[in-house]
Amino acid sequence: MAEETLTTAQSHGHGHGEHPPHLAHHFESPGQQFDACKFGMWIFLCTEVLMFSGLFCAYAVYRANHPEIFLYAHKYLDTNLGAINTAVLICSSFTMAWAVRAAQKGQQGLLIGLLALTLLGGFGFLGIKYIEYEHKFHKGLLPGAQYNPTVTPGDHGNGDKHAEMGDHELITSEHDAGNAHTAPPGAAPARHDEEPAVAPTGVKPTEQTGLEKTTLPQAAPPPAGRSMEHDHAHEHGMTGRPNNVHLFFGIYFAMTGLHGIHVLAGMAFIAWVLKRSIAGEFGPEYFTPVDLVGLYWHLVDLIWIFLFPLLYLIH
Amino acid sequence: MTNTHAQEHSGEVGHVVPMGILVGVWLALMVLTYVTVVATKIDLGELNLWLAMLIAVIKASLVVLYFMHLRYDKPLNSLVFVGGLVFVALFLGIALTDSAEYQPDVIHQEALESLPTSNT
Repeated sequence: MAEETLTTAQSHGHGHGEHPPHLAHHFESPGQQFDACKFGMWIFLCTEVLMFSGLFCAYAVYRANHPEIFLYAHKYLDTNLGAINTAVLICSSFTMAWAVRAAQKGQQGLLIGLLALTLLGGFGFLGIKYIEYEHKFHKGLLPGAQYNPTVTPGDHGNGDKHAEMGDHELITSEHDAGNAHTAPPGAAPARHDEEPAVAPTGVKPTEQTGLEKTTLPQAAPPPAGRSMEHDHAHEHGMTGRPNNVHLFFGIYFAMTGLHGIHVLAGMAFIAWVLKRSIAGEFGPEYFTPVDLVGLYWHLVDLIWIFLFPLLYLIH
Repeated sequence: MTNTHAQEHSGEVGHVVPMGILVGVWLALMVLTYVTVVATKIDLGELNLWLAMLIAVIKASLVVLYFMHLRYDKPLNSLVFVGGLVFVALFLGIALTDSAEYQPDVIHQEALESLPTSNT
């Protein structure tokens, strides 16, 4: 042992003191260095949790005040895809934890394979997330002024019939969305008075036609008595659609987006650790980077464990 | 305590989690994911949210304690993490209490003012 460290110290380039190449000078022992690294990592993870807690706070306050929006809008999310993604992340968390164990045991081949699998899990998660995001982008399920849905809740664009209609609706929706944006804010109520065919809740015409075309033909109210229903709609939501649904998608994209960035960062770290494992840098005496990257990856999993029920599983 | 045990063997640093525990935790997490999806379809009223959160907390605890080794770590790391969670609880708790105090009136007023142009 002493001979080994001596040779490594010499090759290290500075001839003072005997220490393993991975031990920094200001630490007494690899054990102390490992504990200090982990402690620092946990403090960093705390700041991550606190950063996400800002978004969870926005979610909690908004849901407490407007549960109806969450009840309505969560049906736009595909629970199956969310559940599959949860499973993918849990599996990759498992392979990550196993990879740390393999590094501790000095099982080089296993370590490389497990890290590669973990990385694959990250790709799988982002791939599914891409499918979900793409669907929402195309169907106008977006935050703020971009919110202009061309599908009804529960339709996740899986059916062929819907796919065909979806394209048609997309064209009209873009057209109308353009009109809505160019129109001055005060024009909306005037248009409402002039055209009785406009949806009673003040929604843009496309939304209503979209509803009629797809699954809710009976949802279109009769032309008479529309202005009376207008006020009523604001209290309870016409055709079960509450106001300000776009805020759900603001929260959805902020939370899953920040989480997605963390998945990307985690994947970059895993790739880095994978490269170093292939170089054979890790073993029972030194596996700190594997361990710390693992902690980060588990935190990403941890956040998703809460995001999944909060966004997809609203009853 | 467990660290010293691990360090007796060939200069290992840290604690090696037994394979059985890793597999067990993984299976438990998968089963709990299935349970939480199924539980959503049962109407429990208010309890649905709390049940989902309870399952999420159990899953998170499993991940933190075993995948993240916190159970075998130095207590200092647990102190840091739990300390962070205490501040999260303060943050969420006080924000929710505060918004429940007067927010309904504010929202009502906003809704009245924005009646003609809302839902854009």
